[in-house]
Amino acid sequence: MATETLATPRRSSLWTDQKFRSIFFQALTIGILGFAIAFIAHNTATNLENRGIASGFGFLSNTAGYELENTLIPYNSTDTHFRAFLVGLTGTLFVAFFGCIVATVFGFILGVLRLSHNFLINRVAYVYVEIVRNVPLLLQIFVWWAILLALPVVRESFYLGSGMYFYNGGLKAPSPIFGDLFWMTPVALFVAIGAAIGIGRWAKKRQDATGETFPAFWTGLGLIFALPVMTFFATGAPLEWEVPTLGRFRFSGGLAITDMFLALLIALAAYTAAFIAEIVRAGILAVNKGQTEAAYALGLKPNWTLRLVVIPQALRVIVPPLTSQYLNLTKNSSLGAFIGYPELVATIGGITLNQTGQAVECILITMAVYLTISLSISAFMNWYNRSIALVER
Amino acid sequence: MRLTTLLATAAAVATVSAGVAAAGTLDDVKARGSLSCGVTTGLAGFAAPNDQGRWEGLDVDMCRAVAVAIFNDPDAVTFTPTTGKDRFTVLQSGEIDMLARNTTWTFSRDVNLGFEFLGVNYYDGQGFMVRKDLGVNSAKELDGAAVCIQTGTTTELNLADFFRANNMSFEPVVVETGDQARQAYEAGRCDVYTTDASGLAAQRAGMSDPSAHKILPEIISKEPLGPLVRHGDHQWGDVVRWTLNAMITAEELGVTSANVEEQSANPSSPEVARLLGSEGDLGEQLGLSTDWAKNVIARIGNYSESFERNIGVNTPIGLERGLNALWRDGGILYTPPFR
Repeated sequence: MATETLATPRRSSLWTDQKFRSIFFQALTIGILGFAIAFIAHNTATNLENRGIASGFGFLSNTAGYELENTLIPYNSTDTHFRAFLVGLTGTLFVAFFGCIVATVFGFILGVLRLSHNFLINRVAYVYVEIVRNVPLLLQIFVWWAILLALPVVRESFYLGSGMYFYNGGLKAPSPIFGDLFWMTPVALFVAIGAAIGIGRWAKKRQDATGETFPAFWTGLGLIFALPVMTFFATGAPLEWEVPTLGRFRFSGGLAITDMFLALLIALAAYTAAFIAEIVRAGILAVNKGQTEAAYALGLKPNWTLRLVVIPQALRVIVPPLTSQYLNLTKNSSLGAFIGYPELVATIGGITLNQTGQAVECILITMAVYLTISLSISAFMNWYNRSIALVER
Repeated sequence: MRLTTLLATAAAVATVSAGVAAAGTLDDVKARGSLSCGVTTGLAGFAAPNDQGRWEGLDVDMCRAVAVAIFNDPDAVTFTPTTGKDRFTVLQSGEIDMLARNTTWTFSRDVNLGFEFLGVNYYDGQGFMVRKDLGVNSAKELDGAAVCIQTGTTTELNLADFFRANNMSFEPVVVETGDQARQAYEAGRCDVYTTDASGLAAQRAGMSDPSAHKILPEIISKEPLGPLVRHGDHQWGDVVRWTLNAMITAEELGVTSANVEEQSANPSSPEVARLLGSEGDLGEQLGLSTDWAKNVIARIGNYSESFERNIGVNTPIGLERGLNALWRDGGILYTPPFR
């Protein structure tokens, strides 16, 4: 009996097996998570059904019935909710795209100013950054809108010349009417851009081979400018302008940049620029001073040093946090709904939700779209980050 | 073992939460000791806190009347301010027991959103307000105008329909709250402000120079405003419906807060006796006390008293009874009999 006990090795409990334990707990976590999600979905569906609330995505093909102003794609109240959703989507993308560009340019300038040795410039940039990034964005949007609303009313608009007016409804400008042969001008532009790239490559190859330099940049620029202009006039300048005219109430005709768009764009860009300024400052400071000194020692001119040594290294530090700022800006554009800018939350997540009552569906669509936009921006920025990352040999 | 317990608990929770939706709201309210009522975020005359922070208005009276019918206490109400946008979600989710928020009774809200409208406490219609110096006399002259609208209302649909039907175009300025819409209108961002005519009167009363604005004669829609509850709880729906009916019937029968005690002791007609609980058991049939309607009249007043106190001609809102007069006075207020 005693020998038998000794012969059988002591059965170790499964619990003491690290591998089993880790698998068990991971499975348990996934199980609980899956169960929680299923429970929430089931509970929502059951409760919706109990309360007699219809569900499904069929409402998207119903007539929307409401008007939106200054849409980027043609839209009127007889179009469907899906079309209204597309209006919102283009609105969001439009303001986010320009917001990112303006915020980046302004942020880079501010970031460099923050490093200025001039005390006044340095402090002004510092005060701006601290004030703007510490005030809630929604308030800033309201402030900018209130400022724009305080502009003269439509009948007392500022005339900016060339058919452009500025008033509390935004900016009105002439809209172009393209003639028959106008398509040749953009074609000429693309040809010129292609040629400029070709010349650049050729010049680089020749410089690598023979050491002779060629003013490729200026040649390319001249080409990009001259060729379309020459084509435009050669085809008989096929472009006319429709100037906005003041009717009994409002301007008719022409292009409009609304006060809501301007307020949202300015607020988003000003707010995000303050964060970008700090990122840029950190990025530049992160490049060791020895790098600049080494470049000087090699005889590089100061602006070449900046372009070839400092900026490429600073970008590696700047780009990853810059991505987060672009994502924030895009998501923050949803606040435009509060001042009536036709973007996603105002259309599908607002008026459509209200008129149809399909809250769960509308919010799901809105969330899915923001997620897709954010992931796309992330993917693009990750690609860009890889392309400028340090290549180790 | 642990997982089984968890599953069992979750199943129990699921059953309970499904149960809550179907349970009697009246019992819930009684157990809680107060009524939870959704109102506007502030519209003078309909629902707005006064300078002492006490909610007042026609819709507020509706909430208080239901509280009196249940608890005989006009202050047993928690007011939840809701925007045009979130009001339905708040009611659907069970956060409030009833909604009295200038809400238009429409087919899709009644049928598709899972609500039950219980009557009309104000017959309204959408109108337009413009600055007098624009020289506009009719809504048909508004082609090309910029119009300020609050989002989440039937207003934006009526507006689009009206302009389309008349082959006119407009520039919508759609903002989140009524106050913002008024701010944009006052700044001259829009030429026209549109909402229900009663709302226009209320908003005009709050402007810096009310006499500079005028309300155009066209009423472009039917807006029957009334209280609503979640669909499916008929007992609770009956309580709210008959509280409203009691106030209107009291006006019809000449019962006021001043004479209700006397009428109760000495009913002038059998219907007064049934209404005030001196005879019959109408209150018990609703699950309330016998004298529920008497309390409502005594503490809130009949419909006419509530109307004149909140939005009548002697208030800053200054609305005529118009459509909201009793049927025998040229209006369309008409209730089924208390029998």
